[in-house]
Amino acid sequence: MNLSLFTSILAITLRAGTSLLYATIGEIYTERSGILNLGVEGMMMVGAVSAFAVAYHTGSLVLAILTALLAGSLLASLHAFLSVSLRANQVVSGLTLTLFGTGLASFLGQRLGPGGARLVGLVGPSLERVRIPLLSDLPLLGPSLFYQDLLTYGLYLLVPAASWFLYKSRPGLYMRAVGENPQTADAMGIRVGANRYVYTILGGALAGLGGAHLSLAYTKGWTENITGGRGWIAVALVIFAMWDPLRAVIGAALFGGINAVQFRMQAAGTTIPAALLNMLPYLATIVVLVIITWWETLQKRIGAPAALGVPYAREEKG
Amino acid sequence: MKIVFEKRQEVSRTIRVLVPVFSLLFALVFGAILLLMSGVNPGTAYAAMAEGAFGDPQSLAETLVKAIPLMLTGLGVSIAFRMLFWNIGAEGQLAMGGLAATGVALYATDYLPGWSILPAAVLLGMLAGALWAAIPALLRAYLQVNETITTLMMNYVAILLVSHVYHGPWRDPDGYGFPGTARFPEVAWLPRIYGRAHAGVFFAIIAAAILWFVLQRTKWGFELRITGENPKAARYIGIDIPKLIVVAMMVSGGLCGLAGVCEVAGVMRRLQQGLTVGYGYTAIIVAWMSQLNPWGVLIIAFLLAGLLVGGDQIQMAMGLPAAMGLVLQGALLFPMLGGSLFAEYKLRVVRPGRQQAVFPEESLAKESES
Repeated sequence: MNLSLFTSILAITLRAGTSLLYATIGEIYTERSGILNLGVEGMMMVGAVSAFAVAYHTGSLVLAILTALLAGSLLASLHAFLSVSLRANQVVSGLTLTLFGTGLASFLGQRLGPGGARLVGLVGPSLERVRIPLLSDLPLLGPSLFYQDLLTYGLYLLVPAASWFLYKSRPGLYMRAVGENPQTADAMGIRVGANRYVYTILGGALAGLGGAHLSLAYTKGWTENITGGRGWIAVALVIFAMWDPLRAVIGAALFGGINAVQFRMQAAGTTIPAALLNMLPYLATIVVLVIITWWETLQKRIGAPAALGVPYAREEKG
Repeated sequence: MKIVFEKRQEVSRTIRVLVPVFSLLFALVFGAILLLMSGVNPGTAYAAMAEGAFGDPQSLAETLVKAIPLMLTGLGVSIAFRMLFWNIGAEGQLAMGGLAATGVALYATDYLPGWSILPAAVLLGMLAGALWAAIPALLRAYLQVNETITTLMMNYVAILLVSHVYHGPWRDPDGYGFPGTARFPEVAWLPRIYGRAHAGVFFAIIAAAILWFVLQRTKWGFELRITGENPKAARYIGIDIPKLIVVAMMVSGGLCGLAGVCEVAGVMRRLQQGLTVGYGYTAIIVAWMSQLNPWGVLIIAFLLAGLLVGGDQIQMAMGLPAAMGLVLQGALLFPMLGGSLFAEYKLRVVRPGRQQAVFPEESLAKESES
């Protein structure tokens, strides 16, 4: 493989993987605290449409990103309220969130344009790639790693921070305790409900941010079905990554990479039908999931937080 | 002061009735706010939706057209949900059913007598859905692979496969490049009752009746229920749970496949874009709202189909986004989800300092699964 091809594939991989990685890390935190949120797709959708609408009308990318964070948080807090406070079925609640979010995003996309018109096809301000001097001149990886947009750079900070927080910090320990054994955590004086609220909402904010990357940087505009199932892939990536932020990078890179290779192969005019190439990420998820589950069973180690998806209610003490 | 949940002595029937009513009101108010924000009179919009969905025989027929796949997929997923198998793959199973039926309709006419084409399409479509569902079922039953993700991923694979087939190998050679297969021969048409409403509705009613009977009156139905409610007890009494999972999922997938058959043979009469429009996902809501009761599935499917048709209507008549129907579905389901807790629990305000008697609560974990 020649060098420029490698650079271009790596660059596309990063760009395609950014939204996935934000959403995946968010969902890892949510699930680590014991809440399963299948609404990622819906939260990304609403994040994408709200970010683009704000960017279009105000011209401010900062405001756009903040709006996406807020929109994702709001939807996630609905899920948190239902699953933590009202102990509703998390699978159904998450699915509803996806349906609702997809519908709401599509509705807003047809209403938030100038004068209540459609957003589809409009061009707004977008996050441009910024070249980091010196670093981008590094051989091999430099040109692709250090010529990206700000949200991709944000990941370079978020990933190590997320990993450190999860394993080394005290709140991270509490989060894991709440997800693994809420009874014990509660007995130790950790507030189970509050923790679950915080990380569910944080997960939503990150999913919204992932959506913002799609409409502000990756697709540069709003289209119906902009996420194309990325929210669901993120849910699968959480399992792929075995609830670990660093391993999520590998997963997101793999999926982004398949996108990039596909893109390249289509550009090169391959005879393999596009539909079959498009199936690859989904087939890969299944295969990886089977291998991981099998491997985990062999190791007798469970990667999933033990209390994932199970509502917690303390015996009432009055 | 603190607010706690206290388990009721018995499930409150009043609340069981009040929750859906309140949820409907909530959804309507929420929708009204959205409509007002887009400068439309909610009353006019709702009237147009109701009129468009249930107003005359023609609109009722259209509602039925959308209700049939929802009924069949709703029945399908409700079987899987009974044993807590989260089949989110109804959409893909529907697609595979439609694909298999298309194959029969287009390519079997040379080998099979005319009268047998439709039954063959139905059987093969159901088989295709069942086999597609068997893959995640086998993975879950024998390797403990999470079925939520596998069923979901297989949706994308199935949808891409179907779209590849009508864009490529099976595309109508005389279709002027239009993506879609040739029109089916008449022997492969599912008869229509009124408007576009077709005989698929009888499949749905028969399936509901069989399912109701099987669940209430047979040993298999009992095994299915007990496995969902209490897997430990099921294992004690010697139920082969892996086998049960696979068989139940194949029945589930078969029904979803049948929905696909109905779509291609009853509505479109060819395979083209529009086979997979999300019925398989709405089916999950249908199954949940009907509390897995087969007759309930039929009713809820019809009502939700009304919301979808109503959404289409206000798009055509008033230029409002059809997504309104989806938004209303979500706004309807959220309060229902939250409200179901209040049938079994009541809120009580507890003042600090006063010691209350402590009642050991039953494991909520178990209940949340049902």
